[in-house]
Amino acid sequence: MPSSNQSNDLRIGIDVGGTNTDAVVLNADDQVVAWTKQPTTDDVTGGMRAALAAVLAGIDDPSRVGRVMLGTTAATNAIVERRRLGRVAVIRIGAPATTAVPPLTAWPDDLRAAISAGELLARGGYLIDGRRIAPTDIDEIRRFLESVAGKADAVAVTGVFSPVVHDEERKVGELVREVLGDSVALSLSHEIGQIGLLERENSTVLNAALHGVARDVTGALSQVLSERGMQPATFFAQNDGTLMAMEYASRYPVLTIGSGPANSIRGAAVLSGVQDAIVADVGGTTTDFGVLIKGLPRESTAPVRIGGVATNFRMPDVISIGLGGGTLVSDDGESVGPQSVGHRLGTSALIFGGSIPTLSDAGVHDGRATFGSNVIGVEYAERLARGLAVADAMFGDAVDVMSLGKSERPLVVVGGGAFLVPDSVPGASAVIRPDHADVANAVGAAIALASGRWDAIVPDGLGRRDAIDRACDMAKQRAVQAGADPNAVEIVELVEIPLSYLSEPAIRVNVKAAGPLSWI
Amino acid sequence: MPDSPTRLREITIADLPALARGCAVLGTGGGGEVESGTLIALSALQKHGPVPLVTLDELPDDGLVLPLGGIGAPTVGHEMIHGVHEAYLMREAMEEALGATAVAVMSSEIGGGNGVVPVALAAQLGLPLVDGDEMGRAFPEVQMVSTNIAGLPIEIIGLVDVIGNVTILRPTDWEWAETISRMVSVAGGSYALMADNVISAKRMRGAIIEGTVSQAIRIGRVTEGAADPVAALMGELGAARLITGKVVEVERRTGGGFVRGSVVIDGLGEDANRIVRLEIQNENLVAFEDGAVLASVPDLITVVDMHTAGAIATELVRYGQRVSVLAWACDPLWRTPRGLEVVGPRAFGYDLDYVPVEEAAHAFI
Repeated sequence: MPSSNQSNDLRIGIDVGGTNTDAVVLNADDQVVAWTKQPTTDDVTGGMRAALAAVLAGIDDPSRVGRVMLGTTAATNAIVERRRLGRVAVIRIGAPATTAVPPLTAWPDDLRAAISAGELLARGGYLIDGRRIAPTDIDEIRRFLESVAGKADAVAVTGVFSPVVHDEERKVGELVREVLGDSVALSLSHEIGQIGLLERENSTVLNAALHGVARDVTGALSQVLSERGMQPATFFAQNDGTLMAMEYASRYPVLTIGSGPANSIRGAAVLSGVQDAIVADVGGTTTDFGVLIKGLPRESTAPVRIGGVATNFRMPDVISIGLGGGTLVSDDGESVGPQSVGHRLGTSALIFGGSIPTLSDAGVHDGRATFGSNVIGVEYAERLARGLAVADAMFGDAVDVMSLGKSERPLVVVGGGAFLVPDSVPGASAVIRPDHADVANAVGAAIALASGRWDAIVPDGLGRRDAIDRACDMAKQRAVQAGADPNAVEIVELVEIPLSYLSEPAIRVNVKAAGPLSWI
Repeated sequence: MPDSPTRLREITIADLPALARGCAVLGTGGGGEVESGTLIALSALQKHGPVPLVTLDELPDDGLVLPLGGIGAPTVGHEMIHGVHEAYLMREAMEEALGATAVAVMSSEIGGGNGVVPVALAAQLGLPLVDGDEMGRAFPEVQMVSTNIAGLPIEIIGLVDVIGNVTILRPTDWEWAETISRMVSVAGGSYALMADNVISAKRMRGAIIEGTVSQAIRIGRVTEGAADPVAALMGELGAARLITGKVVEVERRTGGGFVRGSVVIDGLGEDANRIVRLEIQNENLVAFEDGAVLASVPDLITVVDMHTAGAIATELVRYGQRVSVLAWACDPLWRTPRGLEVVGPRAFGYDLDYVPVEEAAHAFI
């Protein structure tokens, strides 16, 4: 470690999960210098304090920590448990269009009751080509805002085709400030999501409802750091496996949802030192597969529901199969799983003196690992060998589905059942088993990339190139806002989708930019 | 159609998920997404209650049937949702133009989102919904409707956009109906509510494809909890399984307002070493194997997930998906000379003769 005495060369990743709060210290070469697992506490602060104390004990000087990155499920939990959510005044601008589906239609009743401080569907909005549907009814919006004063903690504004033309949402945002002042939080839909009105509106309302949760978590982190006299730059992990600066996260807290699986994929890759890989997290009952492309998790194209609400967030593309260390092997060995002995592995499996043949038994019998206390009887040999072959084929099949036909990527395996994966898997160039794999989430949080995304409809033909360049610029701007170094940010993904039935051929472009964090 | 004890008499909120799944299957890869349409229907049924489902025989002879559907770009419809004013303006304009009373709403296209939205329009207008439509599937153009094939002239078309503009067309023929309707929908933001050929229930009889709404709901229900959902779906549709395999190639391009492209499926299991290629223009139109046609438009070709039997729209087909390709017979109306002239392979630019799927794919039934 040539740079070990340089100040600010260390960073800490903290992952606050439902059960454990993990923390790691990484050096400038992404090596794990210290790590810990502590129980998560109800107030979050306690678990964070304990985890921080444990890892700081493993380094000589806390002032060497330049950055702290936090991955948290607080936003997801708040929505799922309907706790600590802010009251949101919901404004949609677009009538007479869109009146067939009023705001918050199909929301679970209890979530709607917990969040809505009132809903307005006002006249206004745009057509796809930027012409008006109707003039914005400013008076109607002003009266509505006056009626929710004192009742709403936040305002969510969604205009029809605002991802194409932003002006109207911005103007209404200024009106919100004028009528309700700076104490309410404000979410504008064009900053949150893409074309697809109802999903974007839902996402915008959830974002508005989460400002208080974001403030609590931010406060807890600031508190435990200041107790230690530390003043590092702080970041939150987001759902695409990149970071956002604290200030950005407090504006877009909904983006922290889904950061768990993203961190796990990122962390596995950081620990193994590869940028492009398939990642398998082998647990006791299931194995989750994800894909890492240029250092970021590949995103799913399927719509995501959060707390029973349809949103247009993009989450890591993860598939789950019923294979893990506790998975049962059938009598004839011809089928395995999805049943598992789960947490009873330590008493039920043959290698631990139990009577139930599991994949762990099959793996140990095959010599892929040596653990357990009992020798497996010869009568099980054929059955276990057959079961393991079936499991190997299932692993190979899942790797193939995730590989999209590109077989040059390595497979990184983590988790307690990682030993089950054979050293050679069809569709993977190599099988990598990194150290510290059980704190991969916290390692994944302690990454050094920030990103931004932009979605636009552009003409296919003359002007296409300019329009795509503008979309790229917007994505880069967002990445820089999130904390990326303006000099090193680059486009990491550009998806073009041709649109049907338009008078002029058009393409929807979705651009993502990412870059290393700017040095502070 | 004689009443059977199990015949569906009304559509309730509980029927919507099955209806949406069924409409997606009948969309043959196109027809627009069903999710927003389902929310539109949900919102309307919450407010107005269940919608009666009727046959044309149950309607008064001189009452008007409103065949309704969205025209325009599905992407736009996903953002610029219908307004509740559209159905009322349409009824008012049609009743005034034709001097008769509207007695029912009908879906003009059962495939995709247009199969679901008319439930909402009927609820909003307090009218029953006809158990039938004018395609039995999804097609991309206005003239591709059963009333045209049945020999009815195009007399009147209504278009209402989200802004509230109402346009009444009296086109000279079906091709002009398509051309002018498309231009009007573009003027109103590339999406509009359309009524094609509003005529009396009496004249409509025999010129539509009956029973397709209840068929869509049955399709949606048959896969629920089935041990082998694809087999259950095939049984309901009387479909051939052209191949079960992995999507290994997806190609898309735009042209003439359509998304064209092809999808290649590499067989798995029993189908190992077979390769099927689908040609797409918004909908799945032709399936080839080794240069031979296994199925072609107007027969229905749908790509479903090999495990869940959920339909996969053409724009959502991705490399690596494990799918079954199902094909089944279209309504006999489409197989008449006039039907094939309007929606046969040559109408979509493929220089090949139509062979019914039960002959072309007899090995896979």
